[in-house]
Amino acid sequence: MLETIHLEHIPHTLSIHVAFYRNVTNASFLHSQLLARNASFEYALIDASTVISRFHLLAAVYKSITVELGGNMKTPNIHSEIVCALSSNNNIAEAYRRYGISPISKDVLVVKVLNTAHANTSDLTKESTETHLNEHVKGESVEFSDEEIAKTTDWSKLRKYHKLNGAAGLDDITDMDAKRKEMEMMIVSAMALRGL
Amino acid sequence: MTTLLPLPVPATPADEVEAGAQSHQFPLPQTLNYPTTTPPTLITQGAEGRLYKTTYLLPSIPCALKHRPSKPYRHPILDQRLTRHRILSEARILQKCRREGVPVPALYAVDEGTGVLIMEWIAGAPVRVPVNEYLRKRKADGLREAATKEDGEELVGLMRRIGRAVGRLHKVGIVHGDLTTSNMMLRPWDKGKAPVNGHKADGEGNGLLDGEIVIIDFGLASQGTQDEDRAVDLYVLERAFGSTHPRAEGLFEVVLDAYRGEFKTANIVLKKLEDVRMRGRKRSMLG
Ligand SMILES: Nc1ncnc2c1ncn2[C@@H]1O[C@H](COP(=O)(O)OP(=O)(O)OP(=O)(O)O)[C@@H](O)[C@H]1O
Repeated sequence: MLETIHLEHIPHTLSIHVAFYRNVTNASFLHSQLLARNASFEYALIDASTVISRFHLLAAVYKSITVELGGNMKTPNIHSEIVCALSSNNNIAEAYRRYGISPISKDVLVVKVLNTAHANTSDLTKESTETHLNEHVKGESVEFSDEEIAKTTDWSKLRKYHKLNGAAGLDDITDMDAKRKEMEMMIVSAMALRGL
Repeated sequence: MTTLLPLPVPATPADEVEAGAQSHQFPLPQTLNYPTTTPPTLITQGAEGRLYKTTYLLPSIPCALKHRPSKPYRHPILDQRLTRHRILSEARILQKCRREGVPVPALYAVDEGTGVLIMEWIAGAPVRVPVNEYLRKRKADGLREAATKEDGEELVGLMRRIGRAVGRLHKVGIVHGDLTTSNMMLRPWDKGKAPVNGHKADGEGNGLLDGEIVIIDFGLASQGTQDEDRAVDLYVLERAFGSTHPRAEGLFEVVLDAYRGEFKTANIVLKKLEDVRMRGRKRSMLG
């Protein structure tokens, strides 16, 4: 299941495709393809435990696209940029380690940005991408929905990664849902300032 | 996370607001030239920047987009630096406030290269609007004299919420620089939901003044804990309040009372405020 998403305020030559796999059994193979810089595995492969919602992941995608358009990428391509955009600090190696797929990742979010104006990817399509993913990702494909994402979010890890322990704006909130909503806002804000 | 939103209420009187069609006389930031489901609306056009209502990521998520265009008369390198500095300063302050529990719009995205800051859209109207509406109704109801503390919980409660919001802002080390009732929004509370920031509806009234105070426009804000700066912040608000809502001027002490409760050294700030007022008065006598 590969969902195509149209983001507001991005050039129409770009299209964004997202898939969500649970209980992935070959994370170490996928991870090794990234390390080997295998061009046919140029995806943002994200450890889903570090993602809160569609909004959260799409904010990272949007940021990466604006960074690429501005000519300010700090990593090899838009897909590695997306992984780093989930971080709120500038340590690239750490961002890959924390937010990217690792050999022991269980649940994996995959993002592919296709650019029809880009020689490298112009012959790739949604269909070819979907076929390639289904062939190589061994896991259960589920919907890229807030409900599914919420099942795998590791909140205590996110609190630590984004240094939210002791944030007064959270301590005052007693309702759990409201608290999580607010954490999401704080994390997206922190991501927005990354690298600036 | 989305609800149906009321139409945006302009912060400046209607005649100062550019019509949608006119907005395109000005160069749009590049991001607004890319396709979106609904066209952006120009909300205000100031000397330093323009504020648009548009969407962030998805058609269902409204946002406020502030654009600080480059100034052709400034040296390009200086211009870039200034724009970058101002956008980043505003973005950092928004982030800090939100983290520390000061009610402000959440920061969504920053593109300092093109001078763009994208933040959460705050529903409702600038506090100035409902307060004036309330005072107008009150007058129409035959209450001719100025509003006082005995006026009832509705207006007094709102003033208290303003004082608390400003107190909280100062507590976390931010000075706003341009506090007015136009730079605070009154955001309606979600129905049936307890307000997040610890305020509760203290009025029965007709609901005109219900809602949460959200402070906006940190374009002139700075980080600092100087009591003098905080006092000037309060003085600016006091003066703005008096001239925007002369019939409720006497209620300003409620704002200050609530402010006092927010942090330990608030008393020192209020003491300084007296000096600042004195200087202000001397200046106007001389001028
Ligand atoms: N986050 C927001 N949500 C809803 N409306 C907003 C928001 N931010 C601003 N507005 C509206 O737009 C008006 C102008 O915003 P703001 O005061 O921040 O811009 P500005 O005056 O152009 O900024 P500056 O003084 O920094 O140059 C506000 O008075 C308010 O009516």
